[in-house]
This record gives sequence, C-alpha cells and structure tokens, in this order.
Amino acid sequence: MNDRLAVRKTYKLYVNGAFPRSESGRTYEVTDAKGHFLANAARASRKDARDAVVAARGAFAKWSAATAYNRGQVLYRVAEVMEGRHVQFCEEVAAGEGLSQSRARAAVDAAIDRWVWYAGWTDKLGAVLGGANPVAGPYFDFSLPEPTGVVAVLAPQRSSLLGLVSVLAPVLAGGNTAVVVTSHQRPLPAVTLGEVLATSDVPAGVVNLLTGDAGEIGPWLAEHDDVDAVDLTGAPAARALELERQAAGSIKRVVRPPAEEPDWAADPGLSRLTPFLETKTVWHPMGL
Amino acid sequence: MTDPFQYAPAPESRSIVDIAPSYGLFVDGEFVDGTGESFKTVNPATEEVLSEVASGTAEDVDRAVRAARRAYARVWGPMRPADRGKYLFRIARLLQERAREFAVLESLDNGKPIRESRDVDVPLAAAHFFYHAGWADKLDWAGLGPGPRPLGVAGQVIPWNFPLLMLAWKVAPALATGNTVVLKPAETTPLSALLFAEVCRQADLPPGVVNIVTGAGDTGRAVVEHPDVDKVAFTGSTEVGRSIARAVAGTAKKLTLELGGKAANIVFDDAPIDQAVEGIVQGIFFNQGHVCCAGSRLLVQENVHDEVIASLQRRIGRLRVGDPLDKNTDIGAINSAEQLARIRELTDIGEAEGAQRWQPACELPERGFWFPPTVFTDVSPAHRIARDEVFGPVLSVLTFRTPDEAVAKANNTTYGLSAGIWTEKGSRILKIADQLRAGVVWANTFNKFDPTSPFGGYKQSGYGREGGRHGLTAYLQGADRP
Repeated sequence: MNDRLAVRKTYKLYVNGAFPRSESGRTYEVTDAKGHFLANAARASRKDARDAVVAARGAFAKWSAATAYNRGQVLYRVAEVMEGRHVQFCEEVAAGEGLSQSRARAAVDAAIDRWVWYAGWTDKLGAVLGGANPVAGPYFDFSLPEPTGVVAVLAPQRSSLLGLVSVLAPVLAGGNTAVVVTSHQRPLPAVTLGEVLATSDVPAGVVNLLTGDAGEIGPWLAEHDDVDAVDLTGAPAARALELERQAAGSIKRVVRPPAEEPDWAADPGLSRLTPFLETKTVWHPMGL
Repeated sequence: MTDPFQYAPAPESRSIVDIAPSYGLFVDGEFVDGTGESFKTVNPATEEVLSEVASGTAEDVDRAVRAARRAYARVWGPMRPADRGKYLFRIARLLQERAREFAVLESLDNGKPIRESRDVDVPLAAAHFFYHAGWADKLDWAGLGPGPRPLGVAGQVIPWNFPLLMLAWKVAPALATGNTVVLKPAETTPLSALLFAEVCRQADLPPGVVNIVTGAGDTGRAVVEHPDVDKVAFTGSTEVGRSIARAVAGTAKKLTLELGGKAANIVFDDAPIDQAVEGIVQGIFFNQGHVCCAGSRLLVQENVHDEVIASLQRRIGRLRVGDPLDKNTDIGAINSAEQLARIRELTDIGEAEGAQRWQPACELPERGFWFPPTVFTDVSPAHRIARDEVFGPVLSVLTFRTPDEAVAKANNTTYGLSAGIWTEKGSRILKIADQLRAGVVWANTFNKFDPTSPFGGYKQSGYGREGGRHGLTAYLQGADRP
C-alpha cells in the first residue's frame, strides 16, 4: 500500500503572470460536490481586480500586435500543456462538479479540443470578418477586425473548465486580454489552468484569473473605465441588470447572461468571438 | 482696397419646396395628429419659424410601434425579399428625383450650406437606399451565418447634423433586412424626415413599415423604452448613449450606438501641405464641424507646424460664412442657439486654459446662429478643447515629433470614432492606421462616406457599424457582428 502523505497545493490568484494571494488576505473554503473540504481558495478583492486590469492593459499592446500566426501557436501551445495536465483536470472537475470519471474526462477532452478550435481561428478572422469595400472613389477601402481591448469575463458558475475555456479562449483568440472571475464554488480547475497558461508562452498579464465572488468583484470591473467589454455569462442572476447598467457608464461592450447556463458542448460558432472585436475601416488613397 | 475676387450672391431658390404650416406624425402610412403639444422648427440662419411639428407622446409612440409590429408580422416580414428590395430601389430613385427639394429643405431646417446638402447629404442618402436595396434578396450570401432573420421592430433615434442621411443610414439597412421601423428625427431638424414620409407614400411602401414620430428627448425615450421594440439604434451624444445603454439593460433589445468623437488628424512633414490644408479644412469645417467624426484635433509634426498654420489661416480667411442657400457658401449656420452656446462656452474655456484663439476677420449675419471658423494653437492634451467634443467649427492644434508620439497623442482620448493621416508614404499610412484605436481611418482625405464602407467607433464612440456587410448584422437575429 502507498501510505505516502500527499503534498497539497495552495490555490492562489493568477495575476500578471504570478500567483499572488489576495491582497486582502481573504480565503474561502472550496468543497467537493458532497461538501468535503478541497482547498482554501483566495478570495479576490476590489484591489486584486484593479491590479488585474492594470496587468491586462499593460499586456494588451504586445498581445494585440502579435501576428495572428504567432497568437495561434501560443494558444495551441496552451492546449498541448493542458493535455499534459489531463489527469489533474479530470480529478478537479470530477470533484468540483460531482461528475463521474468518464463524464469529467469528456468535459476535459472537450475543453482542450475547444481551445484548439479557437487557436485555429486567430489567422482566419481577418478573412472571414473583414473585406474590401467597393467605395465610389479613388480609394482602396478595407475593413478588418481588431481586438476590443481589456475584457472582464465573469466565467460560468457550473462548468468549471469547459465553460471557462469556452468564454476565455475566444477573448484571447481575437487578441484581447482578459480579467476573469472564475466560478465561485468551483474555482480549482481555473487555478490549474492559470498554471498551464504560465508555462505555455502566454505573456504575463494577458490572462488574469481571480477566484472569488463575481457578485462582489463584478461591479468593480463593470464600472472600471479601463475595461472595454464585460462578459456577464457567469453573473449572479440578481446582479446582472445592475452590472449591465454599470457597464453603460463607459459604453462597454456587454455580453448579456443567458437565462440559464448553456450546454457548453454545443458548437459556439462565432458568437463568442465577435462581441470582442471592433471593425476598423481604412480609406487608403489610390493615385499616381 | 476692395477684393477683386468678390463673389456675386448665388442663392438657390427655395420656391421648389413647399413647407406646410404644421405637420403631424407619420404613423401607419398616414399623417395623424399627435396627442402632445406641437413645437416650432426654425431656420437657424434667420430664426424664422419654418413650421410647427407634432411632439409625439408615449401614447403616440405606442401607436407607431403597434403599426410597425402589424406591418412586420403581416406584410414586410413575409414579403418576398426581392420585393422588399424593389421598394428600396424605388425610394432611392424617388430621393434622386426630388433631390433638389430635399437639399433646399435640409439647408433651410439645418443651416448647412446648400453645396453640402446638394452634393453630399442627399446623394449619399439615395446611394444608401440603392446599396441596401440590393442586399434584401442576398442576405444568405452575406456570410453572417445560416438563414439570417430580421429582429422585428427597430426603434431609431437620429441627430440633427445630417437629418436625411442619418435617416437613410438607419432606415435602409433595417428595411433591407426585413425589419420595420419607428424613427424619431431630431427636435431641431424634423422636416426632411417628414418629406421622406411623403416619398414612402409615393413608393407605395406598405403602411406601418416606416413610422416617423417627431419630438424631443421624451419622445426618443419612449421609443427606446417601448417594450415591443426589438432593436434600438441611436446616433448622437455619448451622454445620451450612456442613458440609452442603461435603459435597454436587462432587456433582449439589440443595441447599436454611434456616439461622439474627438478625431485626430495627423499631418506628417512629408505630406503635400496644400492638399493637407484642404483636408484639415474639410475635416473640421465641413457641416460647421457638426460632425461626430470631425477632425477636431490637428496633430502636426513640429517642423512643419508654422508652415501648416500659416497656410491654414490663409485658407480659412477665404472661407465664406453666411447664407446656407448661397451656392458659394462654405460655412453655414450653427444648428441651434443651444449648440451655439455650447461652442461659445468651450471656446471661452479654451482661452481661459491658455490656448491661443485665432479667427479670421469675417462678417456674420445679424440674425441667426453663427460662429466663425476658429483655430486654437498652443493647445495641450489636458485642455478641454483637446478632450471634449465641441461639435462646432473649432480646431485644436497640437504638435508631435515622432510617429510614436503622434499615435500616443491620437489615442489619448476616451473616443475612438475616426482619424486622419497625411503623408506621401503608403507604408506609413498602413502602419499608423494599424496603431490608431479608431473605427474609421482616412488617409490623405477626410470625412468620406460610402454605403459600402462600415462606419462606427471604438471605445466611447459607441458600438456596431453602419454601412457595408458589417452594418447588416445590427438588424439580423443571431448574426455575428463582424
């Protein structure tokens, strides 16, 4: 029998490429579906959220200016490293979501495959969403999609990995940087994803993961003038309306929360890419 | 010495247009009395009252929305797409046939020079209908996902700076995609929309497909907040845009906003200066600067600053300010007393904050609302005239030394609607355009519009696009906004 005592992990935030505790010093107990203790996760504060926005803004210039091919390769690399953590993800998803081993495996498989799917989108968006416009004048006029900027994502509360990947990967594929508030009750796969991101060439600050309560941190992100868009998918139903109103203050792009959490296995189409893309139109002169 | 190059007056006749002493609302294909009080619309160049127009109440808006819903469900929605397109082609042709009439009416009600209403507003409005007419039966090939379907009833609120053109930008894509509309024109410029109602009747457009409810802010609010409106499209100030975004929060309404701007017009030292000066003038004095994408911040490379300013002042000194109906007029009237007060306030602040105001010697008419073309130099990025949208003929001049500095200064704004680049170097155009956070970038030109070319902003200049394939998504269910 193996009687070795396990070395347990401290689950922390992932901000600007590092794994800090919450500056507030707060943690909260995370349990499995049956209520057994799993870990004490960091409970992110307003200050953590603001630090994360600063990190995301700082990372935006470089990430958005990377070539689409480069961004695609970096994102594909994330999937490769996720694959190596497959067993760990399965354990965390199974425990947190109360799934059987086989269903947890299916969710993890789908999450990795979803990440690969989005990795392949980076260098197609320009062709699919852009185009040349036949204006009546001596101009070469073209429109191209560009990233919106810093996106605050309130991740799904139930699907802790597949749901998270389904909302995060499209934000990154478009060239945005992200501040994510993870599932409150099921944050552990997100922290592990942070470890994957930290070791797979995603520049520091491009993804920032905050464990804690979206109801508490969400308003600070929705109101933050340096956040360009909010995805309210995981917003607490009672708070969603107020969050959308707060987001109006700086004309943020808003993805409204679904009536109930969707089936993340379904084909997402472009529905999660386009809300975080702007269209830039350039009139280039033609002449001798 | 008298100027040997005096222009003789060349006024366009206003007899081509009949303005009724009063107008009702256009609902369900009929002009009907509103239940609210009426208001006066004046010619801003003379302060003469042009007509009395009904002010739509919430009750009137409800009537219009019900008419639009009926038309959507029974007629316009089920109609063969090719037939919807044919109606739009008819409208485009009718606008062309009555172009002179529309141009004169627009200049009377808005104060813009006839040269612009005749050569820009009206032809572009017609072109917008012509373009979208062709889309009506080709939406399956627009690359917006399978089987694109309309949203239903669109509530649209438009501004006073391009009354007919903004109507066209809103109504043409909505109708082409199978929606019906309730449109609220601006309080100070309702007349061309009411003449458009007559065009709808001449086109035999089925009743209820287009409804026009005139009024002020309360009428607009009633349109935006009506529970049976599926789509809200707004062009106007960022402040009102915020309140609209708040108002539709928590609903299923799809929203597009085209808001304010503070565009940088960047002149590099290799630019052809004369051409650039024409572009700067066109960028800020077109339509009295009442343009959301106006090039209101001139960023000029330091080593050509003096040359550009001297040339600019010489050119501005030749601009003719006055009667909008005179075909030689370059700058017409400010649209309203309220807007004139705002321009005065911001320019006074500009001076108080330490910028240098320059205005040419120019005689302004005694009656009406007028403001001379104005250039501020010694402007710092912190000055309010460098940050706030003036929406008037007021240019703020800043300088830069390197391309990086130009980009940093250009992007140093909460807005992101448009920008201009002046240089002889094509590769520089593309590099700078790539780095600007703005929805429309003009190179060696400014304030160009085309129905095929998507228009709209980044950041607090709003979201959604108007025009082109991209503009269709604002009016289609589930369509992925490119």
